[in-house]
Amino acid sequence: MTDAIIIGSGPGGSTAAEVLTRAGWSVVIMEKGRNHLLDPSDLTKPASDYSNDEIKFMVRHFLGPDPLIEPRAFRRSADEGEHTHVGEVNSIPTTVGGGGTHADGKVPRFREEDFRLLSTYGPQEDAHVADWPLTYDELEPFYTEVEKAIGVSGRAGANPFAAWRSGPYPMPPGAPMYGAVLSAAAAERVGLHPYEAPTAANSIAYDGRPACNNCGFCAFYGCPIHAKGDPVALLTKTMATGRAELMAETYVSRIRIEGRRATGVDYIGPDGVERSMDAGVVIVAGGAIETPRLLLQSGLEHPALGRHLMVHFQTIMVGHFKDLRLHPHKGRSVTHVHDDAMIQDDRARAAAAEANLPWIRGGLVEHAGGGFPIGEARHLPWGRAHAPAMRDAQMSEHMWVFIMQGEDLPYPTNAVDLSPSIRDARGFPVARITYKPGRHELAASKHHGGILQSVLEEMGADWTIHTSSPGVPEFGDRASRIPESRHVIGTARMGDDPATSVVDRWSRVHTLDNLVIADSSVFVTSTGYGPTLTLVALAARAAHHLAGTAPG
Amino acid sequence: MPVWLTEREYLVLRAACAQMMPSDQGAPGAEEAGVADYIDTLLGAFTFDPPRIWAGGPTSGRKGGEAGFINFHSLSTLDELAWRMRIEGSLGLPERGFNGPVVGLQEKYRQGLAALGADFAEVDGAEQERRLRADEGFCDLLYGHCCEGMYGAPEYGGNRDGIGWAYIGRDGDVQPRGYSDEDVSGP
Repeated sequence: MTDAIIIGSGPGGSTAAEVLTRAGWSVVIMEKGRNHLLDPSDLTKPASDYSNDEIKFMVRHFLGPDPLIEPRAFRRSADEGEHTHVGEVNSIPTTVGGGGTHADGKVPRFREEDFRLLSTYGPQEDAHVADWPLTYDELEPFYTEVEKAIGVSGRAGANPFAAWRSGPYPMPPGAPMYGAVLSAAAAERVGLHPYEAPTAANSIAYDGRPACNNCGFCAFYGCPIHAKGDPVALLTKTMATGRAELMAETYVSRIRIEGRRATGVDYIGPDGVERSMDAGVVIVAGGAIETPRLLLQSGLEHPALGRHLMVHFQTIMVGHFKDLRLHPHKGRSVTHVHDDAMIQDDRARAAAAEANLPWIRGGLVEHAGGGFPIGEARHLPWGRAHAPAMRDAQMSEHMWVFIMQGEDLPYPTNAVDLSPSIRDARGFPVARITYKPGRHELAASKHHGGILQSVLEEMGADWTIHTSSPGVPEFGDRASRIPESRHVIGTARMGDDPATSVVDRWSRVHTLDNLVIADSSVFVTSTGYGPTLTLVALAARAAHHLAGTAPG
Repeated sequence: MPVWLTEREYLVLRAACAQMMPSDQGAPGAEEAGVADYIDTLLGAFTFDPPRIWAGGPTSGRKGGEAGFINFHSLSTLDELAWRMRIEGSLGLPERGFNGPVVGLQEKYRQGLAALGADFAEVDGAEQERRLRADEGFCDLLYGHCCEGMYGAPEYGGNRDGIGWAYIGRDGDVQPRGYSDEDVSGP
């Protein structure tokens, strides 16, 4: 019998696999998507399936999930009926490597206060604000371990608000993008503190993988040269131990539960046949939507399971610069960020008071541009105006954008459950997402959006637009009502009290002795930072706890 | 010879694409880029082996490296199910209609092109535009595919010789060359 079955091969599952196999455990990794990450003839090496191809990655679902095979249902609130949309919702890749394959690799750490939100700031009406059952200091050694494992470039001390760290980044920052050089300078002039984004893309050759060559196909694309470390570095090391089996195109339909133990799983392999496998430990790492879906399908019951879904309400502040050509298609998608929207000051306190809220927190602000040709063309008219408008490249050359990954509060009404009627191609109920931003998110977007607008004006913008994802009437309702954020967080929260939390401080389900969750489902709060590095550090911590080993 | 469309449908499609992306004042249009061939290749993707759904990697050969894009990926059983549902529709098959019937792209094009009229390629531009605008759903579908056929990788059948990229000053795929740090950070 294998020591552990790991469900999901994304950053969380890969990390758990790497730590456990290093400690001598045998593991079986079950991934429902295909393997385009590792060389099929030698799984200790990367494959060569990724490419600079907008049709393959942005139009034709190469990394999955295909919304016809595994759709999701969506509604903003229960009063809208069963659902208002079926298709793609917050879709993170379903493929070997999971969400790590398509992310542009921004991997900031959280700060000390992020683990103590209730103690630091106090409660909010309608939201279950709480402290985490662990502190930043307890997690720091695991942050350090995983930054080395995946390869992170950055500059210690660049962010004046950052939490303490025990050592430097493994690599220096990569080349700053031209637009970010300009927007960072403008942000500094209005008193903000931009810095080089900690990024899991190699700035120098690292750990047998090459330096990033700035091709620009970063966010939403797999890296053709594997200069992005997460999770290819973890999976190749795992396979090299000889103690791991990777089962791609393998769909776990149920975790088998007897008393206080998960005894194994039922799964459907690529041949379509249903089988079972036993294991000493079961680790679920499907992400904050697929993990609660599988646990609910397996009959696990808990009042907090599926609740407190958070996705980062995105504030999108666009500036237009008629005299600049910003070429954001060259470089790592985002090279600069700032934390100021998460820092309390008199203006933020006044904005909170005006909104009749005790406090507001925004999120990490990414300095970004963008626009691949097909995406830009779709926004333009057809007919004789088309070609001149494309050549003008207003979107891809003349716009610069601030995207704030705003902290979502944990509302019990934002949730994942099983759709009563929609099925996947294998016949199982799909996940239904119920999500809308609350008063806190809207007030934070309004306040910090105004500050970001002033930065774009300082940079020389001739006009600006404030929009958001999901679109809301407060900000012009321009974007889809379905959230596009790929940061999915918080549907099986961690805590010391089994009545209010699903997993304990070691990410183990309270009611079962050997079922562990290794993804961002366990987050208590969403903070304003991307979840990847923290979920990876938590997965490493949970795995070390299982194996009785220490990070290093 | 079109792959999937009839000769008549192909002529109507070419005229419709040329109306959406005309050749005008030095700009290449859908006709030069072969946009109709991109759409016909998608509709007939399963007449190729492997099907023309996902071009290979990691390089096209245009900026060095091997010509890997031409080696299209094979499809898994579920990939094939998804793309047959999308292109052919559910056709009353229970394994394709598990969430209700799906109308495929082939049927949408067959009906949409028929509604434009068999004489579409012969009528004047104003009349072509009027007929296109009469069916907003088909018009949106066609325009999206025109964008893909004009600015997507040439291996999918459109953007002949990278003509769409060249006109707008974009390099298309750039591996293994990439860009220098000076390209990234300078004006």
